Amino acid sequence: MGEVKKGYVRPLDLKHGRVDMGHGAGGRAMAQLIDEVFARAFANEWLGQGNDGAVLPAPAAGERLVMATDAHVVSPLFFPGGDIGCLSVHGTINDVAVMGARPLYLAASFILEEGFALAELVRIVESMAAAAREAGVPVVTGDTKVVEAGKGDGVFISTTGVGALPAGRDIGGANARAGDVVIVSGSIGDHGTAILSQRESLAFDTEIVSDTAALHGLIAHLLEMVPGIRVMRDPTRGGLATTLNEIAVQSGVGISLEEAAIPVHPQVEAACEFLGLDPLYVANEGKLVVICAAADADAAVLALRSHPLGAEAARIGEVIDDPNHFVQIRTGFGGRRMVDWLSGEQLPRIC
Amino acid sequence: MKYVDEFRDGGLAQKLASAIRAEVDPARKYAFMEFCGGHTHAISRYGVTDLLPANVRMIHGPGCPVCVLPIGRIDMAIGLALARPDVIVCTYGDCLRVPASDGLSMLKAKARGADIRMVYSAADAVALAQANPTREVVFFAIGFETTTPPTALVIRQAEALGLNNFSVICNHVLTPSAIVTILESPEVREIGSVPLDGFIGPAHVSTIIGSRPYAFFAEEYRKPVVIAGFEPLDVMQAVRMLIRQVNEGRAEVENEFTRAVTEDGNLKAQALVSEVFELRRSFEWRGLREVPYSALRIRARFAAFDAEAKFDIAYRSVADNKACECGAILRGVKKPTDCRIFGTVCTPENPMGSCMVSSEGACAAHYNYGRFRDIPVVAA
Repeated sequence: MGEVKKGYVRPLDLKHGRVDMGHGAGGRAMAQLIDEVFARAFANEWLGQGNDGAVLPAPAAGERLVMATDAHVVSPLFFPGGDIGCLSVHGTINDVAVMGARPLYLAASFILEEGFALAELVRIVESMAAAAREAGVPVVTGDTKVVEAGKGDGVFISTTGVGALPAGRDIGGANARAGDVVIVSGSIGDHGTAILSQRESLAFDTEIVSDTAALHGLIAHLLEMVPGIRVMRDPTRGGLATTLNEIAVQSGVGISLEEAAIPVHPQVEAACEFLGLDPLYVANEGKLVVICAAADADAAVLALRSHPLGAEAARIGEVIDDPNHFVQIRTGFGGRRMVDWLSGEQLPRIC
Repeated sequence: MKYVDEFRDGGLAQKLASAIRAEVDPARKYAFMEFCGGHTHAISRYGVTDLLPANVRMIHGPGCPVCVLPIGRIDMAIGLALARPDVIVCTYGDCLRVPASDGLSMLKAKARGADIRMVYSAADAVALAQANPTREVVFFAIGFETTTPPTALVIRQAEALGLNNFSVICNHVLTPSAIVTILESPEVREIGSVPLDGFIGPAHVSTIIGSRPYAFFAEEYRKPVVIAGFEPLDVMQAVRMLIRQVNEGRAEVENEFTRAVTEDGNLKAQALVSEVFELRRSFEWRGLREVPYSALRIRARFAAFDAEAKFDIAYRSVADNKACECGAILRGVKKPTDCRIFGTVCTPENPMGSCMVSSEGACAAHYNYGRFRDIPVVAA
């Protein structure tokens, strides 16, 4: 008795093929794209079941769930040190982890533009899968849509993460108190500068690479050594300055920084100098801002420095009483100034 | 950063600060105007005023090209870009945010469908025209003497290349005529209600025009001028030199920025500028109103590259907000905090007047970097 012969399907041309409207139409072409690109790369038990959603175990008794979502629209899609794929994994893992939670699962949505090269999509999805594997956080469910040519920018990726927060842990932007110490896990501005260096209009040669990284390992290590951390946040868009202004408002305090103590790589400093940008406002994708009690500060810096992702950690300032919730800085030159919210986009000055 | 860090050294700053403290006459007050936005930015960014004695006051001058650009000029570019879908308007980044008429700015016009792009240099604008042969590329050129030579160069280049889809809206303005306007203002000249003891002269502008054009101010108005670089130590050294001149009763042009500025300036650049541009009889500045012979226009020989002629666009003056005190602030008559709408109606997100537009403007600099000083803060 012969087996029933499967319908012959020509495999996707992953070398020269391009995304077409059919890949988002819900038919065979879409099923094939999911099969040959996404399911293959992300391979895990939940995705393998092919259901509309993933059935996940409940967290341990007393634990709470943390959920965070992040859309990624970076241009260019590939940049020194990473690409939109690994970035979309790191970004969401970090948002879950800075709440003090253990990231468990990810969901991913792809908006593909008609005409986008399948070879690039595969590269991105594989980078994403590698980042998820390395982080130990599987992509358990997903979605794909295709928009007409000209209505997207190649690919947009939106990821959502879920994590488990241990009982009694309270980390959040509203917890900073006057007298606390502000710490950053390493040099700032690397990601934004790496991206700018690749923009068509101002491509410049540099060795700067994006710092994109999943921070949950670093955070777990820190919390193990110093459980009483009050605030953690990853200073992404808007940079360190924006993150600290957010925290100052949320906590109803002021923050005073020491410019000389803030780590900035010389290449980043130089690039910002000629582009007319301030590294304090440039994006990071693998850095952590930590606020803790002064008594915990030395231990926290030590803990961060003993992890490869926190080797350049530094104490950069303190939380002060300020009814205006301003962030101030003592400049390396010796004067003081404010580090205000960014107004609009950071545009270069002209002379 | 080599060649930069040396001029931002905190240790040297402290030494210079104590030298200045030793030289000031405690019995008098000193008021100096830094003309350039570049200096205003350095003073605010590095907190230079904290290192100066309390009786030395810095007045932030009108040398911010974005700030002094009148609304009507931006309206010209926006009107053109909105009316003509074949036109690409390109300009320097800072310009995009400047508020224009009808609640628009170039950024907002872009959101309404106008093709307006940011370029980093005049050369990028020419490249854009070459890359888009079926479109009209209009470069909205702004700036003082520093950015004028590159504009002249690309106009000549476009002619050499035979580019017929490239033109320029020329808004280039001149530093010396603006200084004259300030010195001729009644508060400074006749009434004397604004004590103005001297100027920190422009850095980059002076690399082009040299130090000679300032001699007139020292002679005619008896005001010392010290040309200084844009780094914070340059500013402090210039203040020290100005204090010395005042103490010794001198009014001379001195050059602190000898590493870049000569007496004659860049003769090649000057020749290039006068080949392509000629003086406008008068030009409106935001905050200073009409200033005679204070700006440049493209010579008739290059009319093919003059967007004002090519698209027949005319300038229409638009009044500033009535409550706005920018004019008085630019002349040193008032401080940003003296303005009723400062920080309330007028903020960097929603600037009403010219001084709030760019981070180099007096009001924006104070708002972004200095307003914590207005309110007593208790340290932990």
